[in-house]
Amino acid sequence: MRQAVGTTGRSRWSAAAAALIVVACTLAAVLVAGCGSEADEGGGETASNGQVKADQLILATTTSVKDSGLMDDVVLPAFNEAQPQIEVKLVAVGSGEAMSMGERGEADVLVVHSPEAEEAFMAEDYGTLRLPVARNYFAIVGPADDPAGVADTESATDAMTAIAGAESLFVSRGDDSGTNVKELGLWEAAGVEPSGDWYIETGQGMGETLRIANEKQGYTLTDLGTYLAARGDLDLVVLTKESDDLANYYSVIIVNQNLHPTVNAAGAEQFADLLVSRQIQDALADYGSEELGRPLFAPNAGALGR
Amino acid sequence: MDLILEGIVEAFRLLFGGDADVYEIMLRSLWVSGLALLIASLIGLPLGVTLGLSEFRGRHLTVATVNAGMGVPPVVVGLVVSLLLSRNGMFGFLRLLYTNWAMVLAQVLIALPLVTGLSLAAVQQLDPGFRLQIVALGAGRLQAFWLLLREIWVTLLAAVMAAFGGIISEVGAVMMVGGNIRGQTQVLTTGVVEETRAGRFATAIALSIILLLLVFAASLAMTIVQQRGRRRA
Repeated sequence: MRQAVGTTGRSRWSAAAAALIVVACTLAAVLVAGCGSEADEGGGETASNGQVKADQLILATTTSVKDSGLMDDVVLPAFNEAQPQIEVKLVAVGSGEAMSMGERGEADVLVVHSPEAEEAFMAEDYGTLRLPVARNYFAIVGPADDPAGVADTESATDAMTAIAGAESLFVSRGDDSGTNVKELGLWEAAGVEPSGDWYIETGQGMGETLRIANEKQGYTLTDLGTYLAARGDLDLVVLTKESDDLANYYSVIIVNQNLHPTVNAAGAEQFADLLVSRQIQDALADYGSEELGRPLFAPNAGALGR
Repeated sequence: MDLILEGIVEAFRLLFGGDADVYEIMLRSLWVSGLALLIASLIGLPLGVTLGLSEFRGRHLTVATVNAGMGVPPVVVGLVVSLLLSRNGMFGFLRLLYTNWAMVLAQVLIALPLVTGLSLAAVQQLDPGFRLQIVALGAGRLQAFWLLLREIWVTLLAAVMAAFGGIISEVGAVMMVGGNIRGQTQVLTTGVVEETRAGRFATAIALSIILLLLVFAASLAMTIVQQRGRRRA
C-alpha cells in the first residue's frame, strides 16, 4: 500500500526535496513580486502599468482617523455625493505605513497625523500638496490611583519625566504610528530614553494597546477618540489637560503623480478640496458631540501656520 | 466575564435584530470563501484523485510537493498576492488590489493545496485490492472510476470542509489583499480585528461568535452527511 509520505528512503528524500522546492518557490515568488514593487526613484520613467484608473481613489489613513468614524460617517458620504463616479478605497494603516504607501505610489491621498514625518515626506517631493485639516489632543491615560503623579504635572513632558522617574508601567504602541511618533517625541523632549521592564511595546493599534494598558494598569498615550469609544470597558482615566505639547495635527497629502503615473492626482485633489471646504470643516467641528459628549476634532484648515 | 456576556448578548442582538452592517459582512465572508472553495474544489478534487490513481516518473516528488504546499502559511500567500497585485507589481494593471476578487484569489491559493492533498490521501487510503476486484468483476474504466468515487466521497467532502474552515477563518491574507474596507471588502475575521483595535470589544466578540457559528454549522452539516454515508455503506 503506497503511503503519501512513506518510510522508504526514496519517499523521505522526495519529501525533503519537495519541502525545499516549496520554500524556494515561495521565496522566489516573494522576491519577484517584491522586485516589481520597488519604488522607482527619480521620477517619470516607471515600467508602469501606465494609466490612472480615474474611478478609483486609494485613501491611506491612520487607524485612529478611521476608528473615529469621521471618514465613514461624514467625509466619504459627502465625497460620494460630490464625485459619485469615484470609488474610494479607505485603507487604514499607521501614519508611517501610509506615507510609505505614498512613496511607492500605492495610495493617491493620505490623511495622517505625524507632522515631522510628513515634513520629511514633503521635503523628498513624495507629495505635491499638504494641507492642515483638523486638530485634537492626545492624552496620557492611566490608573485612577496615578502612582507617578501625572495629574499633578503641568505639561506632558513633565508627565513623562514623572513616569520615567517612578518607573511606572508605560505601554507604547511601538508601531511607527502618529501616536507612537508623538510619544517618542515626548520622551525625547523629557530627555528620557525609555527602556526597562516598565516600558513595553505592543506593536498594535490603539484599542489593543489601551486594553493591554488596562489589564496591566499602566500608563499610555492615546488619542481621545479611541479612548472615549472604549471608555466603558476600561479602568483608565485621563490624567492630562489639553496643552500645546499634546496637540495632534491631522493633514491631507496629495501624492506626487510625477513619480508614479498611476496615482489618481485629480481625484486626490478633489478629496483634499472637500476636506478643507466649509462644508466638511463645519461638520467636523461638531462630530462626535452627541455620542461622546464632546466633539472629537477641531477644524484646522483655516490656520496654515501653527 | 461581563465583557463576554455583553458580547454574547450583543451578538444575538446584531444577528436577530437584522443589523444591516453585520449581515453584509457575514454574507461577504460566505460568498468570498464559498466561491474560493468552489474554484479550489473544481480544480483540486480531480487533480488530487488523478494524482492518487496515476503512475508516472516523479510522482513521489509531486505528491510530496502537494503535501508541502499544504503547509505554506496563509499570510505568506497573502503577502505574495498583495505584492503581485499592487500598482507596482506584475499584475498591477488588473487593478485587483483591495477588491473581493483579490480575496477570492488568495483564498483559492490557500485552499487548493489542502483540497488536492487531502483528496490525494483519500484515494491512497483505498485498498488497492478493491480496484483489482471491481475490474476483475467486469467494471469498465469509467465504471471503476465512479465506484471508486462512491467509496471515498465522504472523505473528499471532509477535505472540502477542512478547506472551508481554513479559509473562512483566515485573517492575514484577506487583510492584506482586501484592505478591510468597510462596505467593500470587510469580512468577519478582519472585522473582528478592526473592532478590537478600535476598542469596541462587545462588537468584536459578537462577530467572533457569528464566525464560530458559521464554522460549526458547516462542520455539523458535514458530520450529518458523513454519518448518513456510513449508515448506507
